[in-house]
Amino acid sequence: MKVHLTVNGQERSDDVEPRLLLVHYLRQVLGLRAANVGCDTTSCGACTVLLNGRSVKSCTVLTVQASGQDVTTAEGLATDGELHPVQQAFRQEHGLQCGFCTPGMVMAVTGLLAENPHPTEAEVREGLEGNFCRCTGYHNIVRAALTAAEMLSNAAPEGAK
Amino acid sequence: MSILGTRVVRTEDPGFLTSGAVYTDDVQDERLDGACHVFFVRSPLAHARINAVDLSAVRDSPGVIAAYTAADLVDLPDLPPMMAMIDERMTQPLLARDVVRYAGEPVAVVVTEQAYQGEDAAELADVDYDPLPVVVDMSDALRDDAARLFPVAATNVAATFGDAAKFDPGLFDGCEVVVSRTIENQRVAAAPMETRAAAAVWGDDGRVTAWIPNQGAQGTRGSLAGMLGLDQADVRIITPAVGGGFGAKFGADPEHGLVCLVAKKLGRPARWAESRYENLAGMTHGRAQRQTVTIGGSRDGTVQAYRLEIIQDCGAYPKIGAILPSLTVLMTPGPYAIPRAESAAVAVVTNTTPIGAYRGAGRPEATAAVERAMDLFAAETGVDPAEVRRRNLLPPFTEPHTTAFGAVYDSGDYEAALDRVLAAAGYDSLREEQARRRAAGETAQLGVGVSCYVEITGGGSEAGAPHENGTVEVHPDGTATILTGTSPHGQGHETVWAMLASEELGIPIEKITVKWGDTDLIPEGGGTGGSRSLQQGGSAVRQASQELIEVARKRAADQLEVSPGDLVFDVAHSQFEVAGDPDAAVPLAGLAETERLFVRSVFSAPGPTFPFGAHVAVVEVDTETGKVTLARMITVDDAGTVINPLLAEGQRHGGIAQGAAQAFLEEVVYDPDGNLLTATFADYPFLSATEVPSFELADMATPTTYNPLGAKGIGEAGTIGATPAVQSAVVDAVSHLGVRHIDMPTSPQRVWRALQAARAAQPPVVADTVGEGTAEKDTAERDT
Repeated sequence: MKVHLTVNGQERSDDVEPRLLLVHYLRQVLGLRAANVGCDTTSCGACTVLLNGRSVKSCTVLTVQASGQDVTTAEGLATDGELHPVQQAFRQEHGLQCGFCTPGMVMAVTGLLAENPHPTEAEVREGLEGNFCRCTGYHNIVRAALTAAEMLSNAAPEGAK
Repeated sequence: MSILGTRVVRTEDPGFLTSGAVYTDDVQDERLDGACHVFFVRSPLAHARINAVDLSAVRDSPGVIAAYTAADLVDLPDLPPMMAMIDERMTQPLLARDVVRYAGEPVAVVVTEQAYQGEDAAELADVDYDPLPVVVDMSDALRDDAARLFPVAATNVAATFGDAAKFDPGLFDGCEVVVSRTIENQRVAAAPMETRAAAAVWGDDGRVTAWIPNQGAQGTRGSLAGMLGLDQADVRIITPAVGGGFGAKFGADPEHGLVCLVAKKLGRPARWAESRYENLAGMTHGRAQRQTVTIGGSRDGTVQAYRLEIIQDCGAYPKIGAILPSLTVLMTPGPYAIPRAESAAVAVVTNTTPIGAYRGAGRPEATAAVERAMDLFAAETGVDPAEVRRRNLLPPFTEPHTTAFGAVYDSGDYEAALDRVLAAAGYDSLREEQARRRAAGETAQLGVGVSCYVEITGGGSEAGAPHENGTVEVHPDGTATILTGTSPHGQGHETVWAMLASEELGIPIEKITVKWGDTDLIPEGGGTGGSRSLQQGGSAVRQASQELIEVARKRAADQLEVSPGDLVFDVAHSQFEVAGDPDAAVPLAGLAETERLFVRSVFSAPGPTFPFGAHVAVVEVDTETGKVTLARMITVDDAGTVINPLLAEGQRHGGIAQGAAQAFLEEVVYDPDGNLLTATFADYPFLSATEVPSFELADMATPTTYNPLGAKGIGEAGTIGATPAVQSAVVDAVSHLGVRHIDMPTSPQRVWRALQAARAAQPPVVADTVGEGTAEKDTAERDT
């Protein structure tokens, strides 16, 4: 089937198998391999990307469902070689170790902060419940999310977001 | 100012955060162009005879290139057990031949053009099985009438450590109080976020190159060479980024060998990336011990004798899990001065997924046992659990202390760790709050668990004393390259090895590249496991850097026509200067211009080191539903000198979380027929962010003299201390109701049942009666 979508700001048109998952389209067709596949059951969130600005698990979205929509992956966050504040916060707070969950985690935090720019620790934990990490015990991921919230609110004047 | 001991953010992170790290399934390499995809047909039964495997429908399925059974691999011998102490008759075929011994064992291989096609085709495999009697429980495996997994061995015992028949019958003579209980250290899944994978291609020279996520390429090379009947020189392992290992990515598994074989048979590169189901069924699990502890002493809380009897479940094929009880036995008394202690272990095969190393690997089991024993003893004597521990801890020592089990503890101050964690937790106030809730009869009861531990890191190998190699090269452009025999997969060696070299060479860490995991580049190495990397690999990097300065000093002396002794190395400017003549200087990098400037060095340690610490867990238990909420984790983890606190804390956080998860959440479950019930992340209760609090870390650093860094291992400490602390806290929360023990994981169901049993066993209790009487018997419960 023919799909037309925007990925990280670029228009794409491709012919795909109807059953092709969005994550496999990103990884195999577009070569965007930041999003990872960590499970078979939509449990782990390693594949999280933004679909029209909202975080989704791309292992549970068919490519054809994403047609006509706007997809952002971890590759699309940084601008001009400058890490996005969420990425900066993950580095500063040591919010990643093996890195496998990281692109999905970064996108989940980005999506979370878009919906709730000033979350409490409990809201961060709730918001990331669907993203698994085996290395960090979530401690520094939560700190990274809170730090990113601060960085984003300092960077953006009221009402800019 | 020294960079060592500072919170340096990781140099490797920007790539991880933007394009993502390149894991095996991400590898793009022209040698892998046109790769076929491998998929495994796995046994749905735990124990069965294979009468026939018909793959004709598979071969007719779209995209199928080939399909293989064990009959196609007759030229390859079965894999012998990896250690001499394991029964040598318990061998493993790469593909099940005649018999399957666990649900999930590979039975056939399907090779397709596209990855999706393999899964479709594999469903068409027609395997005719005759079910055999199943042994799922490790105690059952020891019964005379139990089915034998390896009839040729005539026993399910794979290995033994010590001899329970030789236990001292008078061990507990003279003890006023003796308590005994059988406790479960349940099977858990390593479950790294990146599942297993492989990519392989053969060269015209008969060598195979394999990309495999691993914890030590050199060990993986050895495993793979053994499987394929090759000389190690004919195997090259390349290690892409590795998405977590936790002990389960050491060596190579049969699937890795099979991917190489497919590539050879078809004469084209082959790739494999497993699903999470395959990972949970096929990757080695961890722990899986049943322990019987007996502890005795006087009513004042002094322990006089302790006995530990272990059954280790090896799963269907004895792997490293079969010998991990030797570490449990070694660490039997933990940090305590127990006058009389003894232990023994028997390792048995069962029709379950094989057991391997899992974060801590044998030592968490020892700590869990002795800490549970201390709690049982505390409850029986009525002495506060923290006080019982304090009374029995070894006094501080700076000269090595040898235990009755032959462990040589390098340095320790266990009571200081306990004091520090109790202070950080506000132990007395916690007990006050607990008493208040008990008196008020609140539904949410507070539990406080304390654990003390000492563990062993950086152990030696069969090859001798603990050692590791490191190579440091300075380039003319002012950059440097480090080659290491360790194998980071999240630990941050790229940053820390660069810090160690920078400290000596004066080259900024951004200009230092760290390489590992390519066996053609680094033929020797011990990899990363057993919390060995910094103390051995890091020490090797430091040593090589220091030796490089001396090599460079001679060159500089020749160049400046002075005596080497007249030269001073100015680290801040990375240059040699003539003492007393500041104008005469030569930069370090300049000395690499005419001749390569590098040193390979091997660091050897006199022995393993013994980090220690103490943890306090605070839980809330809902006495109506049995639900456990982990409210606080406070820990002291003393791993000697810390080189990068940011990363050391990260290691502690991760370990604490995994340890806590074992205590109250995670468990691999089989049904009585050996079907894996936790085969997906929807069924396996993998810890999530909502189930843990932020952790409270208190610092303590008692350096070791066993390496120049003063560092001990930190990778597994959190796991070792947290599990017993959390379990203890859960029991503590309901101990006033008569509960003395709840097996892990302390699920709502188990807690609720323990409460029901306690209520049924005794008349209604006065809410503030603590730890009296004989209520401990029969209140425990174990359902498997």
